[in-house]
Amino acid sequence: MWQALYENLEQTVAAILFGIGFTILLLQRNMIRKIIGLNIMSTATYLFLASMGFIEGRKAPIVMDGVTDAAAYINPIPAGLVLTGIVVSVSFTGIMLALTVRLYRRYRTLDIDQIALLAKGEDLP
Amino acid sequence: MSKRRSDWAQRPQARFLRWMREGYGALDDEIISAVAQPAAQRPDAEALEEHDRLIGTHRHEREMALDRLANYDLQRWANTRGRKALTRLYVLLALLLGASLIYFLLDTVAYMPRFGQVAVPTNNEVIARYIEKGLEETGAINIVAGMILDYRAFDTLGESTVLFVAACAVLILLRIDLDDQGQPMQQLIAEGSDDRHYEPKNDRILQGSAMVLTPIILLFGIYVLFNGHLGPGGGFSGGAILSSGLILYLNAFGFQKAGRFFTYKIFMWVSFFSLGFYGVAKAYSFYMGANGLNSGIPLGTPGAILSSGLIMPLNIAVGLVVACTMYIFYALFRKGGL
Amino acid sequence: MTLARNFPFFSILLCLVGSVLTSVLKPKAARALTVIISGVVLVLSAFTLRYALAMDAAEPFMMGHFPAPWGNELRIGRLEALMATGISGVLFVTLLAGFYHMPAFVSDKKLGLYCIMVDLALGAILVMLYTNDLFTAYVFIEIMTIASCALVIVRQNGHTLVAATRYMIMNLLASGLVLLGISMLYGITGHLLMEPLGRSVRQIYETGQYMEPLTVVIALITAGLAIKSAMFPFHAWAPDTYAFAPPMSSAILSGLIGKAYIFLLIKFIFRVIGLDIIVASHIDSILFACGVTGMIIGSVMAISQRDIRRMVAYSSVSQIGYIYMGLGMGTEVGVAAALFQMLAHAAAKSLLFLSTNELTSVSGDRKRFHYLHGAGYRNPVAGVVFTVGAMSLVGIPFTGGFVAKLYLATAGMPLGGWVRALVLVALAVSTLLNAVYYLHTVVSIYRRAPAEIDYPPSHRVPRHAAAALLISMLMTVYLGIGSGPIMRVIESGLKMFA
Repeated sequence: MWQALYENLEQTVAAILFGIGFTILLLQRNMIRKIIGLNIMSTATYLFLASMGFIEGRKAPIVMDGVTDAAAYINPIPAGLVLTGIVVSVSFTGIMLALTVRLYRRYRTLDIDQIALLAKGEDLP
Repeated sequence: MSKRRSDWAQRPQARFLRWMREGYGALDDEIISAVAQPAAQRPDAEALEEHDRLIGTHRHEREMALDRLANYDLQRWANTRGRKALTRLYVLLALLLGASLIYFLLDTVAYMPRFGQVAVPTNNEVIARYIEKGLEETGAINIVAGMILDYRAFDTLGESTVLFVAACAVLILLRIDLDDQGQPMQQLIAEGSDDRHYEPKNDRILQGSAMVLTPIILLFGIYVLFNGHLGPGGGFSGGAILSSGLILYLNAFGFQKAGRFFTYKIFMWVSFFSLGFYGVAKAYSFYMGANGLNSGIPLGTPGAILSSGLIMPLNIAVGLVVACTMYIFYALFRKGGL
Repeated sequence: MTLARNFPFFSILLCLVGSVLTSVLKPKAARALTVIISGVVLVLSAFTLRYALAMDAAEPFMMGHFPAPWGNELRIGRLEALMATGISGVLFVTLLAGFYHMPAFVSDKKLGLYCIMVDLALGAILVMLYTNDLFTAYVFIEIMTIASCALVIVRQNGHTLVAATRYMIMNLLASGLVLLGISMLYGITGHLLMEPLGRSVRQIYETGQYMEPLTVVIALITAGLAIKSAMFPFHAWAPDTYAFAPPMSSAILSGLIGKAYIFLLIKFIFRVIGLDIIVASHIDSILFACGVTGMIIGSVMAISQRDIRRMVAYSSVSQIGYIYMGLGMGTEVGVAAALFQMLAHAAAKSLLFLSTNELTSVSGDRKRFHYLHGAGYRNPVAGVVFTVGAMSLVGIPFTGGFVAKLYLATAGMPLGGWVRALVLVALAVSTLLNAVYYLHTVVSIYRRAPAEIDYPPSHRVPRHAAAALLISMLMTVYLGIGSGPIMRVIESGLKMFA
């Protein structure tokens, strides 16, 4: 197993990062840190994806000198998928930050547990 | 001077130059005086204090609410030993879950195809056609651009829509509604949803470097947009570069000047035209493709700037959407409007 | 080669382009356009259904000039067309019945943005129903997540902000799991479209190479979609979201958007992995266990609520449990029953949320049961509609819910010893619990109002809204009476899936 993990080093790192992001998301109560956790998670996925496209000794998929041989270039699909993923993560990071801004303005704290308590407290007479 | 024609003042160039110069009118004097005067005499100082006071009362109210809660069962429960034990249990469980997730993923990675090898499942007939036929079928030298804007264009349409929907969601959250007189609602500003009090003052260094850099950044962005099918780049990266230029300008010269060419209306119309064009253009080619008809869009000579059919216009449309979205994110976070 | 095969594509495109068009319109025009779009999508889906009933095998629809493993594809089949018709029908009546009270929850300036979100949510639902490409599904999952978050936060108070934050955190976590699953699946098969994926997965299963990653992929994607559709242990975000969002948003979120995720999961199970491989990996048993637990616990939680909106929200958790129980049986009959339950729940839940809002608004916006006494007399239409919806979810004959439970019980019969017993016991207990809280509510809205509370003068419900509520009630009743043909479509559609 260790040999295989070492050979797939990029994916190993991606798996560890994904787990770290996941744990941050669960453990941290601070909204900003939760957002950072989410971003670590998605970035790990992009690393994972990107590592799958690489093939030893081939070039980036931009046709050079008219060579259109499949053995000359690496896999273009992961690049497209990562691009999509990045756009998606920009969008949801924006929304999460906007939510955080609104929550902070209302409750003057970033601690989600505290915020939930305060929100419950609004109903009290 | 004498060479200028008499109707010079009415000509578009002159109007453009005047528009450019307008930015250095009364506003700057105001800002300069604001910087020159001591802080206590500044006109905003009072507003700032009022602002701080309001925030203070807000905080006070919140603290009162917390105090009230302290008597409430919930809060009592929050301080009991049971709750603390539960929190500790939660932390333990979360750590365990994270560790086991890492373990399972690592276990999976050990069985995944090896990195960088030729004989992996992903190296199959799909990418063979993308690479071998891509140039001929899409006309794009950049195979990735050909893939995302022609073979898998529906995904990319979805992607641009994600940006649009995100911009609209942030608008819902952060845009300060105008009241009936067209003025921003005061209570929202008081809540601290606006930091126009902290507008950058006339900063020589910032403005000077922005004056040099903004045109270069914008030009580079346009270059990346227009060459998306010929080399690395394309709509998403080009749009991001464009928006960074706009944001730099905004930071150096303030909202009033940036607002002269980028308003909410312009955002909506640009998104409308770009996404509408994307949707309609791709709808045409999807419809033709699905019904076995020839779309009749010439692919041109590979390598020329006007080639590869719809890819370049689509790149420009995507780039405009990206630039608008990024800029509007920034503007909304800064002051809740454009 | 008829025009009808383009209709799914037209309806998706209409939603996307319509949403962009909505952004430049005035709020009133935007509202009208949204209703019109959902109506047109309903008509187009009905025609697609007619087209699908006439064909022998499902048809792929190329999105562009390139066939299956290279280009994006839609897929037109009976099941997809049936679900699209059902969902757009429910959405159409929901919009008709719900739009008139949106100004109470949304500021006028933001109504246009709200309409964009509704359009995009419908478009994303349609894509998830029709798409033949796993990655396209992921992109539109994200559109749906963001749009549904925005549907919640248009009503801006502390509760919706907290609920939306919870919603986003859980849903983005789930999206991360789904994306990781899809990229692993791509890594071991090299495909993203469902047919070639299915073939590669079959090959992996037969040769045994990459079997470990495949199991993890199944677990990741199933877990992601289960979190997004509020399956029991992951339901924590759901009740708050449904209870505090504007009623129309709750109806859309709980009735329609959750269903799209489940439909995608069914597609993933049948078309990408294959039912036998799922059964061999025992994921179905986990879904079954979660479903059964959710049915019971959701109902118990609903009983303990003191607020009618929260009660309806918790009952969603138990109803989703029924669906997962059907899925978890691991047989085609079970999945068919689950699909029928999806339709029945979509119809009943949206009308429950809307009529609940009518009932509370004639009681001075107070949601405690005590204040609701007599609400059924103050707004007779809403009272009757609520009663029928409640009857459907309890499972009283001649309603959709009853037939769904019947099919679920029948599907449980051929299963082995204790599983069959578990299905029957769980159905019986859950029905009993549902009856406790729904009938209690129905009784309390028809009780005489206490004299010491003065209610606001009841506002007139616009005629089109009342008519829409009655139509959706008739839909629920129709699902109970005319279930035979629908069930036949579902069964033949499932056969086409494989």
